[in-house]
Amino acid sequence: MSELLIADSVSKDFGNFRALNKVSIAVPKGSIFGLLGPNGAGKTTLIRIINQITIPDEGKVLLDGRNLQPEHIRDIGYLPEERGLYKSMKVGEQALYLAQLKGMSKSDAKKQLKIWFDKFEIGDWWNKKIQELSKGQAQKIQFIVTVLHRPKLLIFDEPFSGFDPINANLIKDEILRLREDGATVIFSTHRMESVEELCDHIALIHKSNKILDGNLIDIKRQYKSNTFEVGLQSNDSKRVIEEIKSKFEVLPATFKNVYDDIKLNVKIKPGTSSNDLLSFLSSRAEVHHFVEVIPSANDIFIQTVQNN
Amino acid sequence: MNHLPLIIKREYLTKVKNKSFIIMTFLSPLIMIALIAVVAYLSQINNNKKRTISILDESGLFTSVFENTDNTTYKYINDIPLDKAKSDVKQEEYYGLLYIGKGDLESVSETVKFFSEDSPSLTIISGLENKIERKLRDLKLIANGLDTEQIKATKANVRIDQETFDGEKSSKIDNVLKLAFGGIAGYLLFMFIIIYGNMIMRSVIEEKTSRIIEIIISSVKPIQLMMGKIIGTSLAGITQFAIWIILLGILSTVLSVIFGIDLTASQTQQQEMVQQALQNSEIQNEITLAVQSFQNLPLTNLIIAFILFFVGGYLLYSSLYAAVGAAVDNETDTQQFMLPILMPLILAVYVGVFTVIEDPHGTVSTVFSFIPFTSPVVMLMRIPFGVPLWQQVVSLLLLVGTFTFTVWFAAKIYRVGILMYGKKPSYKSIIKWLKY
Repeated sequence: MSELLIADSVSKDFGNFRALNKVSIAVPKGSIFGLLGPNGAGKTTLIRIINQITIPDEGKVLLDGRNLQPEHIRDIGYLPEERGLYKSMKVGEQALYLAQLKGMSKSDAKKQLKIWFDKFEIGDWWNKKIQELSKGQAQKIQFIVTVLHRPKLLIFDEPFSGFDPINANLIKDEILRLREDGATVIFSTHRMESVEELCDHIALIHKSNKILDGNLIDIKRQYKSNTFEVGLQSNDSKRVIEEIKSKFEVLPATFKNVYDDIKLNVKIKPGTSSNDLLSFLSSRAEVHHFVEVIPSANDIFIQTVQNN
Repeated sequence: MNHLPLIIKREYLTKVKNKSFIIMTFLSPLIMIALIAVVAYLSQINNNKKRTISILDESGLFTSVFENTDNTTYKYINDIPLDKAKSDVKQEEYYGLLYIGKGDLESVSETVKFFSEDSPSLTIISGLENKIERKLRDLKLIANGLDTEQIKATKANVRIDQETFDGEKSSKIDNVLKLAFGGIAGYLLFMFIIIYGNMIMRSVIEEKTSRIIEIIISSVKPIQLMMGKIIGTSLAGITQFAIWIILLGILSTVLSVIFGIDLTASQTQQQEMVQQALQNSEIQNEITLAVQSFQNLPLTNLIIAFILFFVGGYLLYSSLYAAVGAAVDNETDTQQFMLPILMPLILAVYVGVFTVIEDPHGTVSTVFSFIPFTSPVVMLMRIPFGVPLWQQVVSLLLLVGTFTFTVWFAAKIYRVGILMYGKKPSYKSIIKWLKY
């Protein structure tokens, strides 16, 4: 898989403050790339550099193998975290203006806008002023404006903030559909459940440094600890627990199920098969629950940030 | 990608379509005209009141001094005591009674008194005083054996013909005309900068508070946005100014035709004086001279210089306004940055008004017509008096240089400032932004 965007040891200083320290990322074509990190880590600075709003002090950024240049503005659709629209301008006029700034012709922009407005069933908003819309409604317009010019690279900074669950879902589906149509998506968020759901790749930025990146599944594999969550039922639970403890490392577990079970986290030694554990357990008790503990993106996020 | 025309178009249209802009454009000339009309009308009513003034002249020296005018009738009464005269005048509801007691040329002036219901208007009293004084002077001259006609004949009217070494004629009226020209040009620029500079600043702040700025500058360069804003707003300003001038012209014509109110002369007293003066051949001479000197004005130079200095000065200041708008979050935070912008501007107007009148080519006015922050206003005021071309060119080059610098400087602040939220910036942090 080739990369659409490569940032090569990009640094940026604001006065004495180093906002980015030699950060490199590679965003594969057609992927959804999660750019994660706590507040103030430097995510927005990196995104602004990709959008040519800020110029990096060091390093370079390549889009489609070429150094970033003004024409690339057409190829990027950017939905910033701090977003808004001209309040007293009409929806249609405003969308046309922003589309034209992205290099679309007026007629093309009009045609595309009509398609999107029909899709979102908001055709009657055209002559409304933004100040007459609710925050969520205005966000829909912003989303349309971001993707209207069919950019190769879409950058969403906290795209779901301000949406109710129904509209958030609508937007999520649109993002997935755009990826299917060939767009690459960079996705910056704190909301780990949407990372879990959407992202193929992630990069974690903390205190201006990149501390983790790669394919999300690979990372999870790397972070898993061969621990299994088990729920057992037995007449002599005390003895069963003792037996397991003698052979494996055991921790208490909490999860919900309908049985009155013994709930444990059992860690097996590397190289041991999970089947060995399962047959060991099934020979001694009735197994209701047997799941490998895979770290969530959230766990990885917290663990990595705290370790740094 | 050049989006400048697109941005200019949007900025222009939003300004022009804005409701308060439209209301201001059409209402302010109406209000202005209405105000002037009301003042003119009221003072006309005030002056049109017919008055009768009785005169009791016991000295007999002033028999033919008081002649009736349109508004004032003089009634001589004779041979009745002062008390009777007073009660008569009161009964008749005349404006007042002028009493001149017995006395010779020396002592009569002490006896003059004016009786009236309310305290009389100043102009009327001084008018009466003038008339009496003049008559007394004439009488005294005669008493001393001098012929008043002869004295009138000796009166000379001197008007110094002014001419430059190159043979260019000028006159006092000429100077007044030049001052008016320069003053109007300078003042116009001053007003334009303040009104539309503020408008630019507000429009930058609006983009920040509505948080659209980041969406916009991911598509266009900040400097393009800033220039588009400045140019678009200026065009809206020019449109507004043009509508104002046209409306003012139309309205004042319509008003004076329909209501017969002469807006140019709000005081009849003055009108009379002007009319009297017009009959004077000397003044007529002066008017021909004024017309001449108008034609003598360096009009081409004036117009070209006006456009160049106007545009240069306006760009210089409006880029600073844009920078201030970018640096702050809301209008109340702008105060601390407005003073350094307004000061040179106000200084320029003061220097223009005080020193250019005194000596258009003196050291102070010359120096200030080179300093870029004051040069547009001061130079525009000086040019009607004839400024050597090299001075104009040097001043203009300095202006262009500085304005290039301020636009660069403003663009720097703009680029960083528009993405800064929540912090009230200090001068120190702004200096730091320049290095980002």
